[in-house]
Amino acid sequence: MHQILILSGKGGTGKTTVASAFIKLSEAKAYADCDTDAPNLHLVMGSYEQDQKRDYRGLPKAVIDPDLCINCNKCYEVCRFDAIKPGNPYRIIPIACEGCNYCTHVCPVEAIHSEEAKVGDLKLLKRNNEVFSTATLLMGSGNTGKLVSEVKNQLKEVSSEHEVAILDGSPGIGCPVIASLSGVDLALMVAEPSLSGLSDLKRVIASARQLQVPVAVIVNKYDTNERKSAEIEVYCYKEGIPFLGKIPYDKMATAAINRGKTLVEIESLGAGAIRTIYENTLQLMKERIHI
Amino acid sequence: MGTKATIAVLSGKGGTGKTLVSVNLAAVAANATYIDCDTEEPNGHIFIKPTIVGEYVVTEPKPVVNQDLCDGCRTCVDACAFNALALIGKNLLIFDEICHSCGLCTYICPKGALREEQRPLGIVKRGRKNGMTFLSGEMNVGESSAVPIIKALMREQSTDLVIIDSPPGSGCLVTETVGNADFCLLVAEPTIFGAHNLAMAHDLVTLMGKPSAVLLNKTQEGENPSEIYAKEHGLKIIGSLPYDEHLALLSSDGHLAVEEDEHYHTYFKELLEAITKEARHASDSDPQR
Repeated sequence: MHQILILSGKGGTGKTTVASAFIKLSEAKAYADCDTDAPNLHLVMGSYEQDQKRDYRGLPKAVIDPDLCINCNKCYEVCRFDAIKPGNPYRIIPIACEGCNYCTHVCPVEAIHSEEAKVGDLKLLKRNNEVFSTATLLMGSGNTGKLVSEVKNQLKEVSSEHEVAILDGSPGIGCPVIASLSGVDLALMVAEPSLSGLSDLKRVIASARQLQVPVAVIVNKYDTNERKSAEIEVYCYKEGIPFLGKIPYDKMATAAINRGKTLVEIESLGAGAIRTIYENTLQLMKERIHI
Repeated sequence: MGTKATIAVLSGKGGTGKTLVSVNLAAVAANATYIDCDTEEPNGHIFIKPTIVGEYVVTEPKPVVNQDLCDGCRTCVDACAFNALALIGKNLLIFDEICHSCGLCTYICPKGALREEQRPLGIVKRGRKNGMTFLSGEMNVGESSAVPIIKALMREQSTDLVIIDSPPGSGCLVTETVGNADFCLLVAEPTIFGAHNLAMAHDLVTLMGKPSAVLLNKTQEGENPSEIYAKEHGLKIIGSLPYDEHLALLSSDGHLAVEEDEHYHTYFKELLEAITKEARHASDSDPQR
């Protein structure tokens, strides 16, 4: 499976808009939403014939037996995640607990054990020959990086070697992004033409480069600040990063998304630009990555 | 203003205008503290342009092995919940990037072969701009969790009115910022994406028992799914900010709208008053305070 991951650093630059358009244009058979913190891709992908759902369990979390706890404070002293609430009895704050088990080991009366709990759902949606891997996380659960890896793994299991898969990423550069970057063939960065957008772009490119993932850049809503858009282009040129095109601001985009449509399914200014970018991306994949 | 309140600005979805709203609210207040908690992609400094008066490195402990003392008993390997340790032959390997710095391996080693060393995770900066106190955290590229940096930011001394610019999402980083807030301002876009993530953020703050209200940003003609969500779920709409090319341009060039445009100065001043009133009302009616 060849994977194109759509990333941005900054949030709200149009990752899902671009990813959903790419899926339509490429008639992709395999795609995934790696933004498990705020998944949105399903909102513009329509309905599916099959919907397989399974529980996602994160790391087991600590539980204190109130009948056994002697309020000795030892667990509180060692916990580095502020997950223990002193009282009578002591309690675990599940949102804060990372499941390290340090407390279990120091408790002198064996009042603490760990319990697995469902923290989310992994979903595999199917129609015709298409598979869509996505997930939802229950509120206040951590470990998003691990869930992102699960989303990618279940897609890999059901798709063939030669397929091109489109992955919609999440904002930032932390654990979900690092998990989404691992093993992809190209990270396509959707940049916003602003000072913030450029600053965030540089940090996400540095993250991808640390993991030796090839990158390319596009600018969305370039005409909202053409000067900043040009600066991004110049930056890419200087850094030797392929610049694959720019998309104009399009009020119709909001309307399309609100009707559950991708940008290439309506008459829009952006549709033509995305088509060109898609062609450029395929070309790049062929030249540089030899697919 | 004299109000003592900590306000977290969050959104679920990225790019809805958290930073735009946070920096402009902090700039119209008399003596606010602005805290940039989006440590993965911090942008508050671009708008506020503070004079930095202090800076320190946030570290986290990582285990280091003394191979002479390690006899390969595997106790640490078996105990680590994160699989951050592995025994290859007689050599103990430690994977810092997977390690959660919990300290269990060092505690549990029967030979005392492990000790902890502090490793840099990122930095915290403190600055001033006119009457405003500026705090910002920046995680080093390649690190995975900024929670310790956010905790360090929350321990910093601040003024009575605190505006927390939260990271996107509704995961562990956001629970840190929300946990410290008296009141949450949700910023939402007029799309089904915006509404879906607004619902997630609203669920999170409700779960954590925090009072909240929504600011509808980038509103335009036509249906606003976020507005519909708010009305259906009893979420107070505290204001709306129509999409404006001029505001978008000011912000993309890193300007503070309240300093450049009288209209926005008035707008954010009134918004701040409405928010602090809500926050005060919420703390008055909270019997725990």
